[in-house]
Amino acid sequence: MDTKAYIARHVINLPRSGIRDFFEIVAKMKNVISLGIGEPDFDTPWHIREAAIYALEKGKTHYTSNLGLIELRRAICKYVEKNFAITYKPEDEVIVTVGVSEAIDIAIRALINPGDKVLFHQPCYVSYHPSVTLAHGTGVPVPTYAKDNFALTAEALAAAWEPGCKLLMLNLPCNPTGGTCSRAQLEAIAKFAVEKDLLVLSDEIYSELTFDGEHVSIASLPGMQERTIFLHGFSKAFAMTGWRIGYACGPAELIEAMMKVHQYSMMCASIISQEAAIEALVRGEDGMKAMREQYHRRRDFIVRRLNEAGLKCHVPRASFYAFPYVGGTGLNGRDFAVGLLEAQKVAVVPGAAFGANGADFVRACFATSYEQLIEATDKIEKYCQTLAAKKN
Amino acid sequence: MNPVLKLLIEGGSLSTAQMAQVLGLTDQEINSHLEQLKKDKIFLGWRPVLNLSQESAAAVRAVIEVKITPERGGGFNNFAQRISRFDEVESCYLMSGGYDLLVFVTGGSLQKVANFVSEKLSTIEGVLSTATHFMLRSYKEQHFLMEAPAEETGRLKVAP
Repeated sequence: MDTKAYIARHVINLPRSGIRDFFEIVAKMKNVISLGIGEPDFDTPWHIREAAIYALEKGKTHYTSNLGLIELRRAICKYVEKNFAITYKPEDEVIVTVGVSEAIDIAIRALINPGDKVLFHQPCYVSYHPSVTLAHGTGVPVPTYAKDNFALTAEALAAAWEPGCKLLMLNLPCNPTGGTCSRAQLEAIAKFAVEKDLLVLSDEIYSELTFDGEHVSIASLPGMQERTIFLHGFSKAFAMTGWRIGYACGPAELIEAMMKVHQYSMMCASIISQEAAIEALVRGEDGMKAMREQYHRRRDFIVRRLNEAGLKCHVPRASFYAFPYVGGTGLNGRDFAVGLLEAQKVAVVPGAAFGANGADFVRACFATSYEQLIEATDKIEKYCQTLAAKKN
Repeated sequence: MNPVLKLLIEGGSLSTAQMAQVLGLTDQEINSHLEQLKKDKIFLGWRPVLNLSQESAAAVRAVIEVKITPERGGGFNNFAQRISRFDEVESCYLMSGGYDLLVFVTGGSLQKVANFVSEKLSTIEGVLSTATHFMLRSYKEQHFLMEAPAEETGRLKVAP
């Protein structure tokens, strides 16, 4: 029996995540220092874990409303208003999802007809393009560049736009580049979105990890709330990746449409994670700030060391990723990453995993201890020296 | 805030060479920061955090609540400083509430701690009463858990 013949065409043609590929090589090796992990090295703060244990003890083991616990939605609205200056109604403008990943998926499935086009900036998080493809939409990549610190510009957007574009996906600050946009850059993007009548899907999961300057949400700009779905979650700010908990806020009709997809696929997010999320929002701010301060120092360190090693690394304004250009060594990102792993046992992620225009970069996550960062960057420096010696 | 102090507060166990790397300073600069912090009596010194419960050298530890009559002129300070000078005293704090000083004491044996309390501490003029609590078991010392959960949390080596 040809089992493969049963797989849907658009799924069989979907490439596997480049990260997954690389992971399998790394998993077979021992004593690797990994800068390849896209998550905080901190465990979830104990008070949040304890709140989840307490919820279990109290018998919170049932389904919740499809939209999520109303207490959590209220806490989300309060938090978003305070930190992003956007006001949503907890009753019908918020939906709690299984991580931002699910929020992206249900938003696209709720909005996209077959053939609709979706703009997204690249290099970008691995799931963006596939989510569009899985909804039978067409992804339209918009390049961002190291010279702009990987901020998305309205010019690049205008150049990439084509008739039939319906949705613009933003991930600012961005995984893997750490790129963000200034208020002025966002205003230009907002103006373009209005002009082309685009709906905006704004994934702001790294916003709390902004080190320089303010974080501005595009939804907070005049006239944008009605055409933006704001996505956020707990994984990065509160070190809660494994809890799989996030949310979407937006106009009631759109949230209702997303709720339909969510209701028939996921039902609701885990109640234990929802209870923990309430605790994170209500009492997690101090812990979050302490983590941010540590990431900030580590960022300054790794960027300095990568540049000293001879790689060209811009300063990411946010996130916990450095995204150095490795093309100067004569290797592309993948060959560099494989060589580095074999020669020095340091894992970084080849930039091509995040889009073709990331091919000459690698992603190095600095959410790991100073000791490991020191050792890893020393090894990267050694590796770069051997590459330079070979080149000459 | 002094950058070295920030790193110290984070509570890692970096060597001065590692601190120098992290902060992009030279070893000498780190040392002069540490010297300054010492001069300012902010950084008092290094001590290891140990779990000696399995060791034969394990000491007996006690917490003592001390009530005193404050002196005119010196308040509690003279008493507290005098008590703090004993080698047996690990730490000494002025407290609000039902007693005045909380004194952490270690000794080689129960008898030695008891002798310290009855012969040294309670005989100081002005000490009204003491209440000694012996520690039976330690669960956490200076942010270190005694029975730390296994290091390996199954974190993936590469993740999106």
